[in-house]
Amino acid sequence: MKDTVLDILEDLTGSNEVKKDLDVNLFETGLLDSMATVQLLLELQTQLGVDVPVSEFERSEWDTPNKIIAKVENN
Amino acid sequence: MLNLQPYQNPTYFGYLAVALLPIMIGILYGRRFRWYETLVTLAFLVLTFGGDKWWQGLMLICYIIYEMILTFGYFNYRKKKNSGVIFVLAVILSILPLVIVKITPAIDAGKESIIGFLGISYLTFKTVGMIMEIRDGIIKELGLWETLHFLLFFPTISSGPIDRFRRFKKDYDAVPERDKYLSLLEKGVHYIFLGFLYKFLLAYFWGSYLLPIVRIHALGHGGISWWLVAYTYVYSMDLFFDFAGYSLFAVGTSYIMGYETPMNFNQPFKSKNIKDFWNRWHMTLSFWFRDYIYMRLVFFMMKNKLVKSRIAMANIGYLTLFLIMGFWHGVTWYYIVYGIFHACAIIINDAWLRFKKKHRKLIPSNKFTEYFATFLTFNVVCFSFLIFSGFLNELFFMNK
Repeated sequence: MKDTVLDILEDLTGSNEVKKDLDVNLFETGLLDSMATVQLLLELQTQLGVDVPVSEFERSEWDTPNKIIAKVENN
Repeated sequence: MLNLQPYQNPTYFGYLAVALLPIMIGILYGRRFRWYETLVTLAFLVLTFGGDKWWQGLMLICYIIYEMILTFGYFNYRKKKNSGVIFVLAVILSILPLVIVKITPAIDAGKESIIGFLGISYLTFKTVGMIMEIRDGIIKELGLWETLHFLLFFPTISSGPIDRFRRFKKDYDAVPERDKYLSLLEKGVHYIFLGFLYKFLLAYFWGSYLLPIVRIHALGHGGISWWLVAYTYVYSMDLFFDFAGYSLFAVGTSYIMGYETPMNFNQPFKSKNIKDFWNRWHMTLSFWFRDYIYMRLVFFMMKNKLVKSRIAMANIGYLTLFLIMGFWHGVTWYYIVYGIFHACAIIINDAWLRFKKKHRKLIPSNKFTEYFATFLTFNVVCFSFLIFSGFLNELFFMNK
């Protein structure tokens, strides 16, 4: 689960930073933008079957790889 | 009867201080006096929408009844079924009053619609947001009082910041701890005083003192002149300090009431590019458009594979977002051009960022380029505000 999420993030951000620092702020660093966020939600849906509606996505709760992993695991 | 517009004069602030005192004492002792909050809300609504504005008040009541029926109707429907058509219909119906208010002046020689009232746009943002979150199944419970309090929350009723239902409800249901509340209180008071500086000193200087002088000269000279350039920057300063000042009052008042209404501005003139600018300027509006229009549209396009290229998809999203924002400001050519201008600016910005990523080694990046980026962004933004101001319309088409 964790690895899949990190693979998706690495793919979307085009950087392995997300694997090196699991607490990196994805939005402040510009690694993730709205477009990539939508892709992330779709990838989570197709690869992991995790359904997150766009309006559930509160940025401050999803802004680091660790937080995303926690969200996915709790889903 | 007395009529007071929000945060306009010392009397209003006087009433505000008196009305907030019991709320403050209550929260400090760990209590929220609901009935008192309701009473204060009603009193301030009567102050703003009573007296010679009574017709607006009546329209506000009608609007609220209409939107409440719609929202609760959709909520009850959504518990049983979830058809896309009904959802779209509910959204259309909820924006219908605003659409009428916005279109009326354009087709009826500048006359204001009779169903309009101060703050109708901001109420519409809140309701549409709720309907979308009901559709997504995120709003699972909906109470009558909390919804009314959310919509009619008086500190933000006239011009935002635009709060979100689930965030508001968290504060509505809870009483902040004493330590936390003391820091909210401190910030709230600080914001209100900063607001005084912005609105009654700086906005007064730029807007009420300097702007009329520059305006007369620019009109007298006609066409493109240095006075027009001056107008661009003076207007931009006025726009910022006026709106940011107002927003500080609204946020400060909310904090004192124990509600953490989101901030609207974060040093926008420091932005290093247009994207950054929209993350700092009128933030609750741009985030609303980002979350409820841009992201939903992109999600829809991506999921149904309507558009192949990611870049095209992003650009369609930007154009849609800023066109709607333009129309929302009003149906005039300059608001719509303002929207298109920003859509183009952000599309160019994205293309530049892609180019930069590819040719990282070739492009210098140092303190100078950073200052230059901020300087360029500032000027592009001020020019867009000149379009927004409608002054070009006056200068070129009505100046005789």
